Amino acid sequence: MKLPKNGRFGDFGGKYIPETLIPAIEELEENYLKFKNDEDFKKELDHYLRAYAGRPTPLYFAKNLTEKIGGAKILLKREDLLHGGAHKINNTLGQALLAKKMKKKRIIAETGAGQHGVATAMACSCLGMKSEVYMGYKDTIRQKLNVFRMNLLGSKIYPVKSGSQTLKDAINEAIRDWITNVETTYYLLGSAVGPHPYPVMVRDFQSVIGNEIKKQIKEFHTQVPDAVIACIGGGSNAIGTFYPLLDSDTEFIGVEAAGKGLKTHHHSATLNVGTKGVLHGMMTYLLQNEEGQIQETHSISAGLDYPGVGPEHAYLKDTKRVKYRSATDDEAVDAFLLLTRAEGIIPALESAHAIAEAIKVAENMSKSETIVITLSGRGDKDVEVVEEYLRKNVKNKK
Amino acid sequence: MSRIKNKFRDLRSKKEKALIAYIMVGYPNNNATIPIIRGLVKGGVDIIELGFPFSDPLADGPVIQNASMISLKKGTKLNNFFKLVKKIRNETNIPLVLMTYTNILYKQGFSKFIAKAKKAGVDGFILPDMSIEESKDYLSAAKKNNADTIFLVSPNTSNIRLKKIAKVTTGFLYLVSIYGTTGMKTKIQQYTINAIKNTKKIVNAKVPVGVGFGISTPDDVKKFVAAGADAIIVGSSFLRLIQKTQMSQLESKVASFTKRMKSSTKAT
Repeated sequence: MKLPKNGRFGDFGGKYIPETLIPAIEELEENYLKFKNDEDFKKELDHYLRAYAGRPTPLYFAKNLTEKIGGAKILLKREDLLHGGAHKINNTLGQALLAKKMKKKRIIAETGAGQHGVATAMACSCLGMKSEVYMGYKDTIRQKLNVFRMNLLGSKIYPVKSGSQTLKDAINEAIRDWITNVETTYYLLGSAVGPHPYPVMVRDFQSVIGNEIKKQIKEFHTQVPDAVIACIGGGSNAIGTFYPLLDSDTEFIGVEAAGKGLKTHHHSATLNVGTKGVLHGMMTYLLQNEEGQIQETHSISAGLDYPGVGPEHAYLKDTKRVKYRSATDDEAVDAFLLLTRAEGIIPALESAHAIAEAIKVAENMSKSETIVITLSGRGDKDVEVVEEYLRKNVKNKK
Repeated sequence: MSRIKNKFRDLRSKKEKALIAYIMVGYPNNNATIPIIRGLVKGGVDIIELGFPFSDPLADGPVIQNASMISLKKGTKLNNFFKLVKKIRNETNIPLVLMTYTNILYKQGFSKFIAKAKKAGVDGFILPDMSIEESKDYLSAAKKNNADTIFLVSPNTSNIRLKKIAKVTTGFLYLVSIYGTTGMKTKIQQYTINAIKNTKKIVNAKVPVGVGFGISTPDDVKKFVAAGADAIIVGSSFLRLIQKTQMSQLESKVASFTKRMKSSTKAT
């Protein structure tokens, strides 16, 4: 795999970090480069991905949904079937194993909806390590159940009360902890964001998704899918899906959260309407005001609720290799209900954004074409949010 | 010659070390900043760091985080910041350094921002999230405008890197005294004393070395001066004092705290 020069994807990426973290980042890069090609490491990770996380995940032909839409053949990459219920475990097993090889005793992580926190807690328990997780105070209330899951798994949770009390502040606080405990601590970042080498490393650990699609698509009598669609918060499931397929002529679409609409301030559609800037150690697109202050974001799905985006997506947008679109809260809930009823699969609200866009795209494709949707997680965690949404919007949804 | 360079030359001839104060502009409100500056100058501060708030100050501890948030809520904007600097410049020739995060400059464009700030009266910049790897555009914009670029180093910075950083640093080098964020109060650590000595040795008088983070008492100041620091940077302690002081007493209280801290920088 190609490594970007100086940790840059075109203009994007880099390492904008306090000097105290430079030795830690350099140590991480060095170890990552060493272990990623180490046969024993790869074998061990592969073992845990199969036996513990449940890989490979199926590429499932959604026959009912396909018939209902009446266009391209819709295939679902079932990351929702993984242990923990989301793609997050691909990355946490990889990084936790790396941390163990680096002999780091203490693991910290941030989490938004709690999925990455849960996946970190699981990977750490599995590998005999302890984890501590920063979570925005507002998110600890919104996602109570995941807080309890992390507690059960032996994680210590720190509710973050600074700033907007959500994911971006949890990242700030995790970085502050890392600065303070830099010699003992491994920061297990949950998305393809942050300073180099995180965006590359997380992409590589998530690339198992795209690599499996590449093999599995042959069962459907084609070499590559005609279109591939994934949702984007920080963008880890999307980059892991797209990256191994990038040199084919497949059409790629990333779907951001349009929340209450792109014309409002209540969305998280960084690539659709954001501007270039520097946050959390990287140069990327950001939702910010004209003074460079980061704006608060909104999405019905906590996992997409982030004002930045992985720097490689920023690059893929500027080079026009990937199209970045968006789905509103309303569209996501509609898609959530549609898939649940058509296929008996309850998707995460994050993944429902990808489904919402896929329906529009599939409709205009021919029956001989195939479209792959990465179903990044299952929706059990979201049923309360959807129940509340339906109660409030009862007239519209009947 | 830059105001900062001049200042250190004067101090050397007087056998004094510099006291550098950090304050957050617009905290606790817009009208407070000028009286605070007057207090600092009256108390004998040598250089003032003006903190400009950023929504996500990831190198800062709770005191400066809180001050940033309040300042933003009170409506601090770049325009009123530049006006404020001009106003300060009309009153005093003291060196002024802007401390904020990279995105604030990047968003306006490094060249445009630095030219504007320099014209208003800012002498140099401190960006805690600007690494030398990413500093090309920043450095060339600063050079063009004769502005000082003050980089930070840490006790875990390697000697090879220290040399590289010292090469692009002008004004003074900012040594972060501890592993941690701003305002963390700890006992003085032996590794900090070692880091001061080592940094001084490696930098070899190319630029003065200032020590900051967690310094809150005249006694701390004395110990760091004894270890060889050329400047002592105090931030969160000023903000704590400002937080608990009434508006009408700001100037005098800030002046007397400054005076006590400053007296510890003078050779005994």
